[in-house]
Amino acid sequence: MDIQQLVFWTISLIMIGCAIGVIMSRNPIKSVLFLIMTFFTISAHYVMMNAQFLAIVNIIVYAGAIMVLFLFVIMLMNLNADTEPQKNTLVQFAGVISGGVLLLVFIAALKSSFAGIENQNINLQQASDIGLIKNLGQMLFTKYVFPFEIACVLFLSAMVGAVVLGKKEKELGQTSEL
Amino acid sequence: MFLLSLSLSLVIEKVILISVILGGSLGIAMYSTWAERKVAAVMQDRRGPNRAGPFGLFQPLADGLKLFMKEEIIPTLSSKFLFVLGPSLAMLMALMSSAVIPWGPDIVTSNGTISLQVADINIGVLFIFGVVSLGVYGIMLGAWASNNKFSLLSGLRAASQAISYELAMGISLIALVMMTGSLSMREIVDGQHGFWQDGYFSWNFFKQPLGFLIFIVCSFAELNRAPFDMAECESELIGGYHTEFSSMKLGFYLFAEYINMFVSSVILSSLFFGGYNYPGMDWVALHVPPILFSLIGVGVLLGKAIGFILFFMFIRWTLPRFRYDQLMNLGWKSLIPLALVNMLITGAVILWLNK
Amino acid sequence: MSHTISTRAKQVDRRPMTFMESLYIPAILKGLRITLGHIFKKKATINYPEVQRPFSSTFRGLHILNRDEEGRERCTACGLCALSCPAEAITMESAERKPGEEMLYREEKYAANYEINMLRCIFCGLCEEACPKDAIYLTQTFAPSNFDRKGFIYKKDDLLIPFPAETTQKIETK
Repeated sequence: MDIQQLVFWTISLIMIGCAIGVIMSRNPIKSVLFLIMTFFTISAHYVMMNAQFLAIVNIIVYAGAIMVLFLFVIMLMNLNADTEPQKNTLVQFAGVISGGVLLLVFIAALKSSFAGIENQNINLQQASDIGLIKNLGQMLFTKYVFPFEIACVLFLSAMVGAVVLGKKEKELGQTSEL
Repeated sequence: MFLLSLSLSLVIEKVILISVILGGSLGIAMYSTWAERKVAAVMQDRRGPNRAGPFGLFQPLADGLKLFMKEEIIPTLSSKFLFVLGPSLAMLMALMSSAVIPWGPDIVTSNGTISLQVADINIGVLFIFGVVSLGVYGIMLGAWASNNKFSLLSGLRAASQAISYELAMGISLIALVMMTGSLSMREIVDGQHGFWQDGYFSWNFFKQPLGFLIFIVCSFAELNRAPFDMAECESELIGGYHTEFSSMKLGFYLFAEYINMFVSSVILSSLFFGGYNYPGMDWVALHVPPILFSLIGVGVLLGKAIGFILFFMFIRWTLPRFRYDQLMNLGWKSLIPLALVNMLITGAVILWLNK
Repeated sequence: MSHTISTRAKQVDRRPMTFMESLYIPAILKGLRITLGHIFKKKATINYPEVQRPFSSTFRGLHILNRDEEGRERCTACGLCALSCPAEAITMESAERKPGEEMLYREEKYAANYEINMLRCIFCGLCEEACPKDAIYLTQTFAPSNFDRKGFIYKKDDLLIPFPAETTQKIETK
């Protein structure tokens, strides 16, 4: 086992441990903190795969912005371990089924991607540089420009939706005043 | 896959460099506290610290000793682990962003070159952003763990302020990155070689004055410094997020602020004021030994950074605090549209010049 | 409209900011100019222990009990100072002069105890005005700080100016 594998296994173990911590911890704040740790270990994996851009964007967007908002909301809601509502058996059953289906989908996706590697014999040198920002940008704006633009429109519509939701309340308030 | 083949000499070189940078930034942060009090005093027609040593120069040591000697208080109902984690994270994040800053030109010797940068990663600017965006965790966790309403409010303020101003900061930097064509700090600094190039100033400040203005306003907000120090606004929130902290944990928070100020001063001078470049550096390079040339570069960068630190203090002791709605209005309604316009204009000019 | 006591009261201007004001920068530059100007102004602070500001000639500080030209205590414990004191800071006990003590006390009656509570005293100087014997004076110093309240009750020993050297010798030779 060389040093790279050692680092890989260590990071993976921490990652799985943190991921389990997310669902096992009863305090929502601790859960969020475990999630942040998970994002960090994912970023570490990206760095191992020479995808520094993805690693840092993962940290900026997820750990730096989205998780801060999560923490924000949870801190304001003042959730405690003892205020957690009791779940009935039906909900638990549905949870188990949907989780199982998700697991199946993941396994299927992993399997097909393994099959792809075996069949197509991807050039490893080229594949390892794809995460660097120059290559990534080139790919994003040539080969994958259509999905990229579609994603942009999706985000724009989400933003417009948020603005509309924010505005609606104001108009209602004005009408009630009249 | 990236290679983990590190030679021993490289490791030693980097360890020495990192220790020097950490020690240096701690030292500068220490004397920033002294300078802040002196600047405040001078502006208010007072004398400032002048009892401990000549000109009060040992004042930071006395302050540090005092903080060490104080009683360590952890509130009973606080979450103890997070309570300690908060200031530690604040300090860690403050020190981390200095890793990608090029402190000076490479020292070229007969045995090879020594880089005065800890890590020349090709996404240096983004790395700084990542660290800055994580910096708010130190405040948020400490604030929440204190189990104090004022602290919690202050943590929320700090977080929303940081997230809001990060956007404008990022967009103002995109214009700069578009001009340089690289995210690496080293390349951005090298792109501003000398002072005058191709018939125009080479420093980015002269090419991106609006971007600089937006960036510096956002740095004030990211640093939680006056006039944007909503998080520790003592007239509304007692002491803000460090209300419950005592002893060296409080010291870490206060110290992290000064380290952040130093690092962001260095970043400002690297991105917009040419970093270690200065007028007439080519002539100097020919006439002095390479080690001295590099050291002059480091000195120039530190000089610019100290200038910015003094500017930060100057602003702090001049302007009153913004109100919270004014802060949010300024961030979302003025700075972000301005930054977007700046980005569009920069893109258009680049296209026009390349045609 | 508003009812103000002071004629200098100013109505707060609540008009929305004009465009120039909303830029903030002109106002910021104005503020910076003011603080910059203050850098070169004379410091108001005096480096206290090294440099001392002189008191005014009418300054009223700590009390002393005076002696006459021959070194005898002037105070005759008449109690007028205590009576005139608006803060009731002065108390005293009188005693009769014994034969052979003429060197020490000028009058036949003298103050055996004389106390001034410096925490109560308001340094108005009325005791000085009231004294018919020119025995009590207010000096140009002030009471130093102390750790407890007891230390601020000045006894006769603290207040009496020291014996002149020649008088001490006279007594010793006796």
